[in-house]
Amino acid sequence: MDAWLVALLAGSVLCAIQAIRATRLLTAAIWLAGVSALVSVALYILGAQQVAVIELSVGAGLVTVLFVFAISIAGEEAMAVRGIVPQPVGLVLVIGAVALLAYMVLPAVGVGSPVIEGSFSQMLWEERGLDVLVQIALIFAGVIGVLGLIGEGKAVPAATAPDTAAEPAAPAIAATEDSTHPAEAVAEAVERAPVPELEEVHA
Amino acid sequence: MTDTTLTILIVGLLALMGVGLYGLLAVRNLIKVIVALQILVKGALLALVAAGAASGQVNLGQSLAATVIVADTVVAVVGLALAVQVRRTVGTLDVQALARLKK
Repeated sequence: MDAWLVALLAGSVLCAIQAIRATRLLTAAIWLAGVSALVSVALYILGAQQVAVIELSVGAGLVTVLFVFAISIAGEEAMAVRGIVPQPVGLVLVIGAVALLAYMVLPAVGVGSPVIEGSFSQMLWEERGLDVLVQIALIFAGVIGVLGLIGEGKAVPAATAPDTAAEPAAPAIAATEDSTHPAEAVAEAVERAPVPELEEVHA
Repeated sequence: MTDTTLTILIVGLLALMGVGLYGLLAVRNLIKVIVALQILVKGALLALVAAGAASGQVNLGQSLAATVIVADTVVAVVGLALAVQVRRTVGTLDVQALARLKK
């Protein structure tokens, strides 16, 4: 069991590193699916079969599909190699945080005592019933949030669509904002703005 | 669960959380920030189940882990929708470009 766990955890850490290092977003999403799959197998070995199945279907399945969908909409983008935090500072911060966590967690090894508990369904629906209500509220909040975000994106072009004939003058005025006299700026904007054809205006 | 197994689990989940934390600090692409957050939460998920298994309460750990999975998925969904909207409005996924929210 220990050898399997070592292999699974090493594989999941390797997949996680590759997901962070990947230059393409799609590749990062696939490596993330690998992390989820390996973690779910580790959960199964630990005796958490129900959560392992949920993690495999949701983490490696649904979330990966959502990532691929979002990447196909947003598109790949070449990003600067330099991160927000300089690499040495980031490594020092991470090593410090992990060392602090290890200092707090590792002394707990060997302290636990066996406790008799109920089944998973009894634990989830009866003893942790409030968590289920919170999960339902979270799902509704997520759905409303996504609808608000996506709906806003659709409403913007519909509201500006009838005024397309007047749009070309706006960038021209913005481009001449640094002029000294307002009258000169307006005159320049009128000169630069393309005059729409008569047929287009009537159409 | 033996102490050796628990130690292996703790080392593995700390490594996962470290990789996720480094990704949050180092990555500039908004979608990759969500990937890093997912990796961080995978470590936390493993920690919950490992703590439950070590204390003989694996079903308690499972119920907490199920809650974490739901919350993590909702965060990913809303974050990805936000990233798509940011790409539409700002034109980039670079988080540095979001430092100035005013036009």
